[in-house]
Amino acid sequence: MLRNLVRLHSRVGHALSPPIVCPRSQALKLPLPLLSVNSKYYSIITERKKFYEDVSISHGEAGGMFEINLDQRKLKTPGGKLFTAPNKALAIAVANEWDTQKDTVKFYSMHMTTLCNTALDNPTFRSKDQMITAALKYLETDTICYRVEEPPSLVELQNNEWDPVLNWIEDRYNVVVGSSTNILGPEIPQATMDTFRQHLGSYNFWSLTGLEYVITQLKSVVLAFALIDKHITVEQAVLLSRLEEEFQIGHWGNVEWAHDVDLYELRARTAAGALFVHFSSESSTVKRKLMQD
Amino acid sequence: MASLSSPLRLCRGILREIRAIKGPEYKQSLAYNYVLDQFRKNQITGERYCRAQEEALHASHSYLCLLTSTRQHMALYDIYHGKGQRDTEEMAGIVGLRLPTQPGGKGWEK
Repeated sequence: MLRNLVRLHSRVGHALSPPIVCPRSQALKLPLPLLSVNSKYYSIITERKKFYEDVSISHGEAGGMFEINLDQRKLKTPGGKLFTAPNKALAIAVANEWDTQKDTVKFYSMHMTTLCNTALDNPTFRSKDQMITAALKYLETDTICYRVEEPPSLVELQNNEWDPVLNWIEDRYNVVVGSSTNILGPEIPQATMDTFRQHLGSYNFWSLTGLEYVITQLKSVVLAFALIDKHITVEQAVLLSRLEEEFQIGHWGNVEWAHDVDLYELRARTAAGALFVHFSSESSTVKRKLMQD
Repeated sequence: MASLSSPLRLCRGILREIRAIKGPEYKQSLAYNYVLDQFRKNQITGERYCRAQEEALHASHSYLCLLTSTRQHMALYDIYHGKGQRDTEEMAGIVGLRLPTQPGGKGWEK
């Protein structure tokens, strides 16, 4: 299924290559796809035989970063750097992904690891500003803002489901984001763009990587913000993003090998992105209160 | 619009997923201990509306979604995804032919 393969190799889903320290002695007679030896980061290996037994995490000294150990060997990013996670929660999520694999390591199912690799390596050398600009570009053709004029049941569905989210974001950020049935899409005023730009600028590089990923998956800035601000759940965000598709499924029927596969993959990726942003931008403190009676 | 499940359901759901992944010794896994720990820590709060608790709830809901949807996606992938092509030599062998050999190497090979 070429479509699936193409989606795997999207820029942000920066495909993994195995850690550099590992032995390459296993006979690759499995029906593995082609190995491209030319590109530095971009070897098209989608699966590998599982070469480790235990996964554990260790707390590094410098800067409190966490590392992942596969059977005593440290995990490295495709770019060759040591894999470090800024906090324990993220490290455990990544370790769990590696732990989930049985017999073959399926890199395309390890979304948290992929996101961490992208944030660590930054293979396309993007700056924060470039990422913010790219993210905001999606606003001009935001899914939520693009309405149809017919059939009337779809129009009604769009109004019922999408309008509340639009109202929420307009209230929350004090901006104007209209919806339109025009082919060119809504007119987003400059003030709105500035507000969003400023808001996005407050996120650190890692969170921004995750946030841009979520926007790209959902094809909507409004939905991504609603998800990251914990206004809606992942399942709701995915449903709203695929609203028309769900409408058509309701009308014409569901095709498991296309619709369901897409749905679960989108959910997995969006959930990973949301979690990644949450872990990258949180700080937790425990305040103890004395018991008073 | 946020209709989150109760913490108990989320906790059970996540632990069930971990059990599905790991098998019998799931209680020794990293994720199990960490998840239980987090749920316990976030339980006690003096506030009536605790922002951190809401955030933790949303995060655990997202994690549950991640685990379930990865599992379901992989299940469908195993059923429906193409298995890839065979090697040309193998394919020729199936119909009883062999690939031609050119002792001097093909023109574009080094």
